[in-house]
Amino acid sequence: MGREEKRDLALTLILFAVLMLGVSLAERYLNTYLIRILNTACIYVVAAVAYNLINGITGQFSLGPNGFMAIGGYTVAILMLPLVQKEQVYFLQPLIWPFNSFSFPSHLFLLALFLGGVAAALAALLIGIPTLRLRGDYLAIATFGFGEIINVLANNFIPLTNGALGIKGIPEYTNLWWTVNWAFWSVFMIKGLVNSSFGRALKAIRENEVAAEAMGVNLFRHKLLSFVLSGFFAGVAGGLFVTLISTVSPSLFTFTMTFNLLIIIVLGGLGSITGSVVTAFIFAFLQEILREVEAPITIGAWTFPGIPGMRMVVFSVLLVVMMIFYRRGLFGDKEISWQLIIDRIKGRNESEK
Amino acid sequence: MKVKNKEPLLSLENLTVAFGGLVAVSDFSLQLFSGDLVGLIGPNGAGKTTVFNLITGQYRPTKGRVIFQGKDITGFSPDLVTTVGIARTFQNIRLFGNLTVLENVLVSFHVRLQSSFLAPMFSLPSYWREEKAIRREAYDLLEAVGLADVTKEEAQSLPYGEQRRLEIARALATHPSLLLLDEPAAGMNPQETRELMEFIKKMRDDFNLTIFLIEHDMKVVMGICERIAVMDFGMKIAEGTPEEIRNNPRVIEAYLGVED
Ligand SMILES: Nc1ncnc2c1ncn2[C@@H]1O[C@H](COP(=O)(O)OP(=O)(O)OP(=O)(O)O)[C@@H](O)[C@H]1O
Ligand SMILES: [Mg+2]
Repeated sequence: MGREEKRDLALTLILFAVLMLGVSLAERYLNTYLIRILNTACIYVVAAVAYNLINGITGQFSLGPNGFMAIGGYTVAILMLPLVQKEQVYFLQPLIWPFNSFSFPSHLFLLALFLGGVAAALAALLIGIPTLRLRGDYLAIATFGFGEIINVLANNFIPLTNGALGIKGIPEYTNLWWTVNWAFWSVFMIKGLVNSSFGRALKAIRENEVAAEAMGVNLFRHKLLSFVLSGFFAGVAGGLFVTLISTVSPSLFTFTMTFNLLIIIVLGGLGSITGSVVTAFIFAFLQEILREVEAPITIGAWTFPGIPGMRMVVFSVLLVVMMIFYRRGLFGDKEISWQLIIDRIKGRNESEK
Repeated sequence: MKVKNKEPLLSLENLTVAFGGLVAVSDFSLQLFSGDLVGLIGPNGAGKTTVFNLITGQYRPTKGRVIFQGKDITGFSPDLVTTVGIARTFQNIRLFGNLTVLENVLVSFHVRLQSSFLAPMFSLPSYWREEKAIRREAYDLLEAVGLADVTKEEAQSLPYGEQRRLEIARALATHPSLLLLDEPAAGMNPQETRELMEFIKKMRDDFNLTIFLIEHDMKVVMGICERIAVMDFGMKIAEGTPEEIRNNPRVIEAYLGVED
């Protein structure tokens, strides 16, 4: 490890310590509303950074994160739901064996999240093997179909998912400690990969497949690696989400979720991991602020009824405007690095002198 | 001519490929020996690039074989062909435009990386040791090709001549024994072309390479190649020393009207 890398690692660990301190303060002093938004933001970070790995870094257009999040979410829900609750929830049809016979205690929550990620990663493997061998946009089509299939399964495979009613009463294990840690370590790992030789190979594929292959990069294996890792983290994000809101149902992970993530990674800059982190937070807060536009508005004597879905219209318009005037997003494919921050601080000090 | 009993490094045997009805390469045979600098010339659309694409696995021949170091590599995928020791550049430059010059070269080291993908994800020291070593080698290589000053520039921002040179550097970084250059002097003025040809000769000596070079301007190739093969309409119409090629009536005929 060179001197710069050591410095960066040290600064990153300091940032982690500061974040942990921040979490302990936030848990104590922030109101539940704000904490909830922060939790959502952190979960978006995990999902968006994973999505950017396949879409932005590797340049393979996937539309599947909602499907992977659903798999992770349902896996964690089924593993963590207490046995008593399982009997109550699955009253239409009993939950199938072996899930009706056990339930993870709270200290296995991390394992449950991990298994949620693994289940999603296996699904990614299954879709990736036939589609990533082909050139062209088969991945987009296949992943879009996959998301829809997962939704149909969630609605109709009642002995496992409890159908449209969904699963309620999932213990709310997720708190800021969990979400901030997952957000931090997901970014740490994915950024570590992106900055490595593997990341260069993935970007080379994005830049020019023919040349990448001619320089010895095995296209299929690297696309698959990126896609499966992306699936893993999306699965974890799904698991965090359902244990945050304590419920899961087919309507939670529709294509809207993928659309939200797409907005986040495009606005942050396709290929910029740190850009996605920033826009995930902006998005989570905007989503709350824009709740207003869906509520009934009274201006003088007139009352306009609330229009559900208005937020999505606003986001869509934002996306279109961004695509026309600022195609590369906030950060393009550049990262916010420690070097950049140090240079900025130094630059400012020097200009003040 | 080389000593005949020596085993060829690359042997192309009756390579043939057709696109739809068009036979782009037909019964093309040629042998390259270690240390050779061989030119492949021919008018536009003669099938030269297609021969390269057949060697590197971009296309699969409908007939014929590619033998490299005694091993049949016909139908190998392009990345596999690279790992056995054949590297190439492209006629229409194909750099990784948004990556830096250094990163462009580093990509070529990836195939020999020992670490698993988990090592950089967890920031393991074993990975950083490897990264450090390949970075040093990449810097040395960029130094050798005269691009040491622009390592941090985006590849797409380089002037044309340097982009060509970077393509060669990137190919060299795969540690080839055979280097295929597709019109490396395209778009250069005579002065730049002369410098590039000197550079190519030097690379061959410094890196112990065998070089197979496409050029459609006959005069350029005459200067540096010891042996030249000429293609027209997918077929090899002549092979020999520059002197022999210059006086070959079939070659003169093929180039009539094309010569500038
Ligand atoms: N993938 C392809 N599909 C269809 N036709 C092709 C393909 N590749 C090459 N050809 C055709 O094969 C013929 C030979 O092309 P090639 O590129 O090998 O010529 P070349 O000798 O390299 O010419 P130039 O000097 O213009 O580079 C051309 O007629 C070309 O149009
Ligand atoms: Mg050509």
